[in-house]
Amino acid sequence: MRGFPEYFTIWHIAGHYALRAMAFLVLAFLILPILVIIPLSFNAEPFFTFTQGMLALDPEAYSLRWYSEILNDQKWTLAIWNSFVIGIAAAILATVLGTVAAVGLASPWMPFKRIITALLLSPMIVPLIIIAAGMFFFYTSFGLVGTYPGLIIAHAALGVPFVIITVTATLTGFDRTLFSAGLSLGASPIKVFWDVVIPLIRPGVISGGLFAFVTSFDEVVLVLFLAGPEQRTIPRQMFSGLREQINPTILAVATLLVVVSIALLVTLEFLRRRSERLRGTG
Amino acid sequence: MADTMAANPGKRDSGLASEDARNAAKEVRARRMRAFLFVVPLLVFITFAFVAPIATMLFRSAYNPTVAELVPASLDTLKEWDGVDRPSDAALTQFAIDLKRLANDRTSGRLAEEINRFMPGTSSVVKSTARKLRRVEDAELQQSGVDLLIEANEAWANPQVWRALQEAGRTYTSSYYLTALDLETAPDGTIQQRDTKIYLKLYGKTLWMALIITVLTLILGYPLAFYMAHSSTARANFLMVFVLLPFWTSLLVRTTAWIALLQTNGVVNSTLIALGLTRDPLEMLYTQFSTIIAMTHILLPFMILPLYSVMRGIDPSYMRAAMSMGSRPIPAFLRIYLPMSLPGLSAGALLVFIISVGYYITPALVGGTDGQMISNIIAFHMQQSNNWELAAALGSLLLFLIIALYWLYDRFVGAGNIKLG
Repeated sequence: MRGFPEYFTIWHIAGHYALRAMAFLVLAFLILPILVIIPLSFNAEPFFTFTQGMLALDPEAYSLRWYSEILNDQKWTLAIWNSFVIGIAAAILATVLGTVAAVGLASPWMPFKRIITALLLSPMIVPLIIIAAGMFFFYTSFGLVGTYPGLIIAHAALGVPFVIITVTATLTGFDRTLFSAGLSLGASPIKVFWDVVIPLIRPGVISGGLFAFVTSFDEVVLVLFLAGPEQRTIPRQMFSGLREQINPTILAVATLLVVVSIALLVTLEFLRRRSERLRGTG
Repeated sequence: MADTMAANPGKRDSGLASEDARNAAKEVRARRMRAFLFVVPLLVFITFAFVAPIATMLFRSAYNPTVAELVPASLDTLKEWDGVDRPSDAALTQFAIDLKRLANDRTSGRLAEEINRFMPGTSSVVKSTARKLRRVEDAELQQSGVDLLIEANEAWANPQVWRALQEAGRTYTSSYYLTALDLETAPDGTIQQRDTKIYLKLYGKTLWMALIITVLTLILGYPLAFYMAHSSTARANFLMVFVLLPFWTSLLVRTTAWIALLQTNGVVNSTLIALGLTRDPLEMLYTQFSTIIAMTHILLPFMILPLYSVMRGIDPSYMRAAMSMGSRPIPAFLRIYLPMSLPGLSAGALLVFIISVGYYITPALVGGTDGQMISNIIAFHMQQSNNWELAAALGSLLLFLIIALYWLYDRFVGAGNIKLG
């Protein structure tokens, strides 16, 4: 136990332990609901709760049947495929446009900076149901509803603010004279952008892209309104599963998604450390 | 030269040759242009993909040309009408002719649906009359359209039906906004409140639920953020994983988790029964309670992250100084620490409140009937009742609310301070 300052009374110390207890209760509240679905997904019975056999750690009570169900159900395999195709395409679109724009926005010469930034960040603020309503009206007139391009464009718009924020954050430590140096040595602006700017801001670009991918990967409201049966994604499939017939296949999918988010978390942490190292602040 | 000029545009050297000044100005313009060009592709993209759709929706909430396009001639003859008695015979005859045409084009159903919004119950009147008029000769309609119309359904003698048609025939209308605010136009043209408040109640409930969720995330988030901010860096980083993992986990996964926990035969009920705390399972899922608890769980990281980053920057020696000089912990906390943590607190609270006001998925999945929020009724009007205009009006009101909240956020917190990860 660490020592407490001399002026601490018994109440200070009691308060200290009460705070610690409260903090751990909140952490438990945050993490337990997510952890609880992992063992449940191995349930041999179609229940959402622990069976007697599971509590007794009977191997018979556990099975992989819900995982094999995912692989054997064409709806789920299509949904997994769609989620990755739409997510990756939307992330690439958002990252390319967002990175180029962030470089412009970081320039001290940028006109109307405040209003343009607000406009570009607004997809993050407007509730999804409003975006969905607007896009549904508008995209119908371009024949984009029920198509892959429609969803990719919609999801890219949602991902743009994250790319702007992460890339702008990396650019704040960026020495702009490097750009002028490249130009003065005779390189074209595009070459300077590609060979000088991009390598330096790469961690921000990659994490922006990851944010954009996750945004699309996790998004369901726009998919509900804009996708046809052919474009159903994992969250969309989970949504109808939860509404129509609940079975532990959803828990198995959820467990796989938790694994994906752990991988993402690790990647982002790695990128953050790398970025700090590159900028010399870590 | 141009560089120093441009860097200090306010400090023009009076002795400078005018040509230099012009060159400098040109250089500034060129640089501004170059910076702007970088943003153009994204600006075009966002305008098409996002801004135009929202603008269309705003427009749509006040624009409804359907009826005006279906029966233009009838609406024209109705212009002469005083609005009190039955409209003129000419108007009725014209409408009979129009309705016959619609019946044969199979578009009378759309007219019925539109008028019905202004006067519930008229849908069947329009549809049955259309069926009866379909086979009648045009010449006969010209002759005795009035009698045929009233014979088909005596509701056509009622001026109220014609007022509904007139209302529905307005291309630009505030009626959807009135409906969205539980107002209606009285027969004499004044705006009055409806007897049953549907939407205002729902807005009230949405704001109330968002407030409860914000307060809950604050009560849970503040102590944890405080504890983490006063731990060693290694420990804080380790604990941060437990905050970030839920943050990064799919929304659907977290909602699924709460369904698994709160179901009648779910984990919480099984545990309570096993512990002997209750004999019959509690009905927790599909209630307002389950919506609030699931949303509190989902939005808690949005409260913790800004709080933590602000608290980490508060020098602990202020509190120590106050307490070493004899202040008791609670006054010291309230008068020193709390005001210093206020930026994080207001950022987190506004963020959680803004996000929860527009929430759709979680209430839709775990809310049952009494946990529904304003987003859910917008979705209902788009998907089930097909009343897009009302959905657009409700959505526009929600959008104005969000913009007002965001303006507050920008004023007190600064939108540029949003950080991720």
